[in-house]
Amino acid sequence: MALLEIRNVTRRFGDFVAVDDVSLSIEAGEFFCLLGPSGCGKTTLLRMVAGFDAPDGGAIFLDGRDVTGVPPEARNVHTVFQSYALFPHMTVAQNIAFPLKMTGVAAGDIAQRIEEALDDVSLSGMARRYPNELSGGQRQRVAVARALVNRPKLLLLDEPLAALDAKLKEKMQLELITLQKEVGIAFVYVTHDQQEALALAHRIAVMNRGRVEQLDEPSKIYGFPANRFVADFIGTCNILDAEVVREEGERVLLNITGLGEVETVRGEHLRSGAKGVLALRPEQVCISHQLSPGAEDNHFAGRVFDFLYLGDVTVYVVELANGSRIEAMLPNSAPGRAKFFEPGDSVEISWRRDAGRFLPEQSA
Amino acid sequence: MREKTPPGIVQEAASVPVKAPARLPASPGGRLARWLVSGPPLLYLAVFFAIPTLIMVLASFRFPGDFGGLAPIFYEDETGRHLDLTLENYSRFFSDFLYTELFIKSFAYAALTTLVCLLIAYPLAMLIARSPKKQRDLLVLLVILPFWSNFLIRVYAWMIILGPNSVFLGAFNRVLGVFGLEPVTLLYTPFAVVVGLVYVHLPFMVLPLYANLEKHDPALLDAAQDLGANAWNRFWRVTWPLSLPGVFAGAALVFIPAFGIFAIPDILGGTSGIMIGNVIKQQFLDTRDWPFGSVLSIVLTVTAVALAGLAAAFARRSRL
Repeated sequence: MALLEIRNVTRRFGDFVAVDDVSLSIEAGEFFCLLGPSGCGKTTLLRMVAGFDAPDGGAIFLDGRDVTGVPPEARNVHTVFQSYALFPHMTVAQNIAFPLKMTGVAAGDIAQRIEEALDDVSLSGMARRYPNELSGGQRQRVAVARALVNRPKLLLLDEPLAALDAKLKEKMQLELITLQKEVGIAFVYVTHDQQEALALAHRIAVMNRGRVEQLDEPSKIYGFPANRFVADFIGTCNILDAEVVREEGERVLLNITGLGEVETVRGEHLRSGAKGVLALRPEQVCISHQLSPGAEDNHFAGRVFDFLYLGDVTVYVVELANGSRIEAMLPNSAPGRAKFFEPGDSVEISWRRDAGRFLPEQSA
Repeated sequence: MREKTPPGIVQEAASVPVKAPARLPASPGGRLARWLVSGPPLLYLAVFFAIPTLIMVLASFRFPGDFGGLAPIFYEDETGRHLDLTLENYSRFFSDFLYTELFIKSFAYAALTTLVCLLIAYPLAMLIARSPKKQRDLLVLLVILPFWSNFLIRVYAWMIILGPNSVFLGAFNRVLGVFGLEPVTLLYTPFAVVVGLVYVHLPFMVLPLYANLEKHDPALLDAAQDLGANAWNRFWRVTWPLSLPGVFAGAALVFIPAFGIFAIPDILGGTSGIMIGNVIKQQFLDTRDWPFGSVLSIVLTVTAVALAGLAAAFARRSRL
């Protein structure tokens, strides 16, 4: 039995369907991410799990018990809010003591529990500080400690790192992973940042327009996006309009509009005549001045249109004969100064036949 | 770091806070601009507050004139000119318990008024602060609407409402009669005074409370609820402590004027509802004993300032 079960949950605001018949189950001890653009319904779904909002249809089960109508204070689920929502008139210790007092933990045990909670988030010695005397990262940790001190069944996190700068964010991500492993409590983490979701989660549910587009492990979500939305939303992706021409044993031939035929490997959806797109990650595309012997399966000539130097890698935008543009990523791993293709250079791009993924048109 | 958040009293007392002169560029024109900005209010305070207060302090040590007002400050005898000052006015105040009693009574009326205002204003301010943004402005407007008519007219209206010919009171007394109870009189009683005081001062409690409550982050209540707090605990442990600056500001704005007021007890209080303000007025206008009136005024001012100081100190200690 799953720890949290969301069964056919729907939530409407007037004509707008914020959450559309979503079913999910989250296991104990799991780090689960709800990922999607703003307005996709992920926060609404989280608020319904926390109890701040009630579904118009469907039910939510926690540990086998239907909690659909149960108010937040009666659910063994705690939330880390995006703004942290620390009580400004209480010290760190008082903030962390708050849930303990609310659930009637004996006064004698509270001090020790606070100590442990602060230790969990490496904030020992900060107990007497007030929230306005803490840095952003410290506040974030206090919010996590406060939400965890009661050992809830489930911890909900609503974009908790969104307000932090990139460096600190990365540090906090690692801390959250370690903490989650240590405490063993299931985390449900809402974010619009796909990198964050990929880095943190055991499983990700990609949401769009109130529906779950794909639910899988990070590597599957990235490597095998289920549809055009997921391919486009997670990472960067070259999206080429394509049609299945014919199957030849293990190979399948696609016709790319305006470019010609490319090969791909057999897979689901690949029936002759199927229309859709070929999703190709920039790091799967090779770029060179001329085709080397033993060339890749698919190759096209083009001209460098522009490039983006990112330090560790450089992304080249290559314009092909038909005017379409493909991004190719090249690691700058050679010693010394990275060697660049200049805009205007004639280049060959190529990719293996098992790279890329054909996504059929969604029946709208 | 505790000084970072100053107590609300001074800041929130007036909805137009008296801010330190803005930092202007240190150019010759900047200095001039600074004086142009801060000069008029300073001049106003000096002319209409500091100087009159000093005159009053001086007057409290002088003798009353034969026909009211003040006796000359110097007298002459065979040894020459002497300052004619005395402590007699103060000893009179402290030797006659009547005046202390009046102070205590006025304090009690003002305190009761403050409490009743708080009890009425808090839910009202909370209601306004949690209304949709569009309705809030209208509701605030309704709170200050009484200011658009004259203060005395509004108090006289209460004379009619509480008076013997009042429709409301008449109906109430008929109900009492049904149960065999004596009809009640309201006008010219302490009850009428407190009703008048509460009515007049209520907006001064609502506005600072509203200004405070409106700024509360709703996420804090969500967090409290999420962490297991029921409605009472959400109020008592989150909303109430965070609203204390507003409570202190409102209490000061109600208590201090109510403590020294004379118009309302004059109109609604009769003889039993008299307050210290009435006696001060009497000393200046009827008895024409200006020195003793000054003594009473000074005691009133010192008491009020001391109480405000205490409230501010308390607010600072509770880190608000």
